Order: sequence, then structure tokens, then C-alpha cells
Amino acid sequence: MKFAHKRATAVAAAAVAAALALSGCADTGSSGGGSSEGGGSDNLSITFLPKSLGNPYFDTSSKGGKAAVEELGGTFAEVGPAESGPDAQVSYINTATQQGVGSLVVSANDPKAICDALNEARDAGVKVVTFDSDTNADCRDLFVNQATADGIAKVQVDLIAEQIGDAGEIAIVSSTANATNQNTWIDKMKELLAADHPNIQLVDVVYGDDDEQISFDKTAAVLQSHPNLKGIVSPTTIGISAAARYLSTSDYKGKVALTGLGTPNQMREYIEDGTVTAFALWNPEDLGYLSAYAAAALINGDITGKEGDTFKAGKLGEYTVGADATVLLGDPYVFDKDNIDDFDF
Amino acid sequence: MTTTTTPATQPATTNRVSRDYEKPLWRRVLLTREMAIVALLVLVVAYAMLTVRGFAQPITLNYLLLDIAPILLIALPMTLVMITGEIDLSVGSMVGLASVVTGAGVHAGLPFELAAVLALLVGAIGGAFNGFLVTVVGLPSLAVTIGTLALFRGLAVGLLGTTAVTDFPEGWTALAKAKIAGTTIPYIMIPFLILLVIFVVVLHFTPFGRGIYAIGQSKDAARFSGVHLERTKFLLFMAAGLVAAFAGVFYTLRFGSARGDNATGLELQVIAAVVLGGVSVFGGRGQLYGVVAAVLLIGVLSSALRLANVTSDVINVITGTLLVVSVVSASLLAWLQKVRRRRSGPVSSVAAPTAS
Repeated sequence: MKFAHKRATAVAAAAVAAALALSGCADTGSSGGGSSEGGGSDNLSITFLPKSLGNPYFDTSSKGGKAAVEELGGTFAEVGPAESGPDAQVSYINTATQQGVGSLVVSANDPKAICDALNEARDAGVKVVTFDSDTNADCRDLFVNQATADGIAKVQVDLIAEQIGDAGEIAIVSSTANATNQNTWIDKMKELLAADHPNIQLVDVVYGDDDEQISFDKTAAVLQSHPNLKGIVSPTTIGISAAARYLSTSDYKGKVALTGLGTPNQMREYIEDGTVTAFALWNPEDLGYLSAYAAAALINGDITGKEGDTFKAGKLGEYTVGADATVLLGDPYVFDKDNIDDFDF
Repeated sequence: MTTTTTPATQPATTNRVSRDYEKPLWRRVLLTREMAIVALLVLVVAYAMLTVRGFAQPITLNYLLLDIAPILLIALPMTLVMITGEIDLSVGSMVGLASVVTGAGVHAGLPFELAAVLALLVGAIGGAFNGFLVTVVGLPSLAVTIGTLALFRGLAVGLLGTTAVTDFPEGWTALAKAKIAGTTIPYIMIPFLILLVIFVVVLHFTPFGRGIYAIGQSKDAARFSGVHLERTKFLLFMAAGLVAAFAGVFYTLRFGSARGDNATGLELQVIAAVVLGGVSVFGGRGQLYGVVAAVLLIGVLSSALRLANVTSDVINVITGTLLVVSVVSASLLAWLQKVRRRRSGPVSSVAAPTAS
């Protein structure tokens, strides 16, 4: 009796599983045309896939992307994981492949982990544009670079050197330990410090994981473990605002300089209360805008990613594709007390 | 052979067993928590195929199965562990650690195969460590595995630091994503099906498996009936570590990237699926087919919702609500049945509400 019950259960389960598998196969065979409609030359459906949702930086870049896609008469979508894990974007890339979107505009959490998924998307006709954080060069059609690593490293080193009088200990509050762009910038900053600022010692690099609270705690910890610290550089928008929040309420306010990459809206109060004197960034809205125009240019066949290709990007003017299929947005921009009120993002 | 152990379950569950056999066979098979999940799965698949653009194509099955493969794999030993009334929270970190061990091995010049075997070994040792602390030292598994969750993750991040190892042999990374010829089913389903058969046989058709249920229903009764309590739990924790390490090797190959933060939070996805599949967190009840259906259900739901451009937060809210509703409705129905039984005597209308 008992066995009959168990066996029946097992048979039922197997039957259901088989039915599912079979129906899955059968159905898919008859309607395989779903994906082939994507990837056509005039398919201006452009999907933005930021590192994670709910980050004001990417909210702003998506806003620019949306504006550009609307100017072009295409359809805009923004998707993304809630947390920026290395593999979290893969399922969203796969989804875009299934949907047959015209182009996918991605900021990569990991240069390799999403590579195969992106290449599958490209095989299916999706044009892949990376922005903000690149993948390996063979996984995308074009990278829209917000600023060169040299430019970003230089502006931050110049700012911190000026703010601490070109001498003393500094630390870096970064995002995740594997973020491609962060690590490149940090390496360049180390080179610049060694070459031009021998009196500045970089004593620590800590990782706030692009999380407000972790960045806040790491800032507190780094200040405690290095009592002679004179300055902090945080090349991440979440990191710098968390560090500023900590500094503004601590005894270190005004004594320890803070600079890095931040957004005007997040940093406004700390500029006004004197915690921070100046910080740098590009305009993420322009970055999203340019990325969307680049994606459309790829879809329309105006450019292929070859060096020397040119395309028009609406209000931003004309851009030329550089080496390694890269388009450069421009020089970083320094925000301070005098100009911060001109910006709203 | 099997019949000798059946008494083991009966002392603890006299009332439930007798109730089971009051009902006709079709009711016992169809009107269960597990079947409700299977039915919901069929419903969601059918609905998604009809209404979600891009869902009804061959590649969906491929992406879906690749996405949930690590969860499917780890859910097997997790189901057994949870039926004994224990829990293993360290499996996600073990996936990360196995991934890092594979990566570090390859990075240090070992052939990939050896590095993978090393990772499996680490998995078995890690699992045995959990098992040792739970059975020999006698600590609660919740506390032990919260500790090893942090420990394994710490080792993983410490071993590779900020680097990510990405140079794995092409043949192996291709195999991890390869499809079975003529279908869109990924190859990883073959080891999964083999493991599934092994776990189903062990759980449902061996004295060892009967012992697992017995332990979950009553430790003391199980011990008095001759079930090797410690040995059973120890082996289950070791199996969990081993399978998690296997999932870690697969994970590494699939993404071609060994990193310390791989598969962060995976343990909660596994446990959510196991609970949704009808396994009681208090132990003693659960079926593997329910768990497999639950993993598929969560996978299909998120796949379909993503295709419909629903944001990840909303997807989390929906799967979370589903889990809460399933747990609450199960205990609500059990309570209702109890009340009705007390009022109107046995059987008749008792089983009907279980279907919903």
C-alpha cells in the first residue's frame, strides 16, 4: 500500500515533468520566429541595462538615454538587477536576446562574466554598446567612455593635491573590489602620485561595495586606523556622498579633505556646509544620451565600430569612433561652490 | 529490506498516517501541497507562453535551465537536510569558495580537471565540517551554518583578493553552456537528472531515506527505532557541501569567471524554493518533485516577468509574496481541516480545500 502510493507519486511527477518538457519543445518549434524579427536594420528598440537599479547615477544616465531614444522615435526600456553581483546581469542580457531588441546598452558589473551572454545576443542581431564600465573588447560593438582613465585619475589627483597642500597621507574609498573602471583609475592615480606628488602617500584602499552604509562604515574605519590621514578620494558617487555624510558629522570635518567623483544633487549640502570644496564628474545624462545615439547609429548601420567612423549625437554634436571601438564623451568636469547650482542631476 | 524500517515512521505520526489512508489514492496523489505547486507551474508556463512575447521560443528553456541549474542542484541535498529538521545556510558561500578554489588552482598552473576535483574535495570537507559541528559537537545547524556562511565566504574572498580568474579551458566553458544535440536543454541537466534519480531513490526508497523522515518527525522515536541519527545528518551535510561545490565549478565555467563574491545570497534562493516546494522547516515532510517544481516555478516566473520588462524589485516582491502565501495557506488549511474534523467527524469534505 505504502509503496503503491510512493510509486504513483513518482510516476505522476515523472509524467508531469515529461509533459512539461515535451510541451516546451513542441511549442517552441512552431513559434521560433519570435526572435528573428529582432535585429533588423530599423529596430530602434533600445534597452538600457545599468549595473543595478535605484542608483541615482544610472537613473540620470537612463534619463539621458530615454530622451535620445524619444528624439530618434524608438522605444526605450530600462532593466537591471537590484544588486550589482558579477552574474546578476546575465539573465537580463538573455532576456533582451529573447525579446530581440535592437540594441542593448550595458554598464558591466564584471568584464568577463557577462561576455558570453553578450556575444550570444550579438549573434542574434542585437547591437551591444557598453557605457560607464566596459567589458572585454571582444564582447561588444562599441564602448562609450565617459572620460579617459588618465583624465579622471589626473583631475582627482590634482584636486586632492591642491586641497591637502601636496603632502600627507590619503586613502581611497572605492566601490566593489572587481569594478573594472575603479581599479583602472586607482592604478593610474597611484602612478600619478608616484610620479608628480612624492610627498603624498596612499595608505589604504577600502571598498564600500556601492552601498551607502558599508561606504559610511568603511570611511569611519579608515579614519580610525590612519589618524594622520589628510585626505580621502572616493571615485564612486555612492562612496563620496557616504564619506561626506560621515565627515560632516564628525570631528574630521574641515580637517580631512574629501574629493572624488560625485553628483551635484548628492553633494550639494556638503559643498554648502564646507565638508567638500570641489569634486569632479562628467554628466551622466549626456553619457546616456550619447550611448543611445551610438546604439541607434549601430542599428542603422551608420557606424560599425571601426576607427574613424563618425556619427551625429543630437545636441552633443558629432563624434568619431576612436581606437578599440571607443567613443569618448569629453573631459571630466569639476564642480565647486560657484557652479554647483547650475546643475540638477 | 525497506519494510523493516517502516515502523520507524509510525510511532511519531500515528494520526497523520492513518489520516492519509482514509482517502482514496487519487486524492492522496493529486490533492497535495506539491501538486498545487506543479499545477501552478503548468498554469504559469501556459499563461506565459500565450501572453508574454518572446517566452514561447526554444532558447527560453535554455536560458531558464542554465539560470536555475545551481539552485536545482543544491536544492536536492538541501531538501534532505531540511526534512531532518536541520538547515544549511552555508551552501551559497560554498559555491563561491569552490569557484575560487577552481580559479586559484588554474591560476597556480594546475590542470583544470585537478582544480575542479580539489574544489569538490573542499566542498566535501566543508560539508563534513558543518556535519561535525552539528552532530558530534551538537550545535544547532542554524548557528553553525551562519558561521560557516561567513567563514567560507571570507576564505573565498581572501584566497583570490580582488582578482578574478578568467582563463579556463575553452572546451570546459563551452561544455558548461552546451546544449544537448537537437534540443535547447543545457548539458548540465544530465548530471542534475542523475543526481535527482539518486536523491529520489535514497529519500523515497531506502531505509536511509525513511530514517531522514523519521528524524524530522521525532528525533527520539527515530533513535529508539534504530536510525543512525548522527551518521545520517553528517552524511547529508557532507552531500550538501559536495553538491554545492559541484554547482560552484559549474557556476565558474558558465560565467568563465572565478570571483570571491560569486553566488552571494544563493542559499536564500535555494531555501525559498525548498520551502515553497512543500518541505516543512520543522522537518518531517516534503517531496523532491515538489521542490523541483518550485525551483522551476520561481525560474519561470522571473523569466516571464523579466521578458515583460517588470523590474527586479517587483519580481522579488512577487516571488516573496508567493512564498509567504504558500506557507500561510498551508498552515491555514491544516488548521481549517482540524477545526472541521472536530466538528463534523472524519473525511468527506476534508481534503477538498487542499487543492487551492
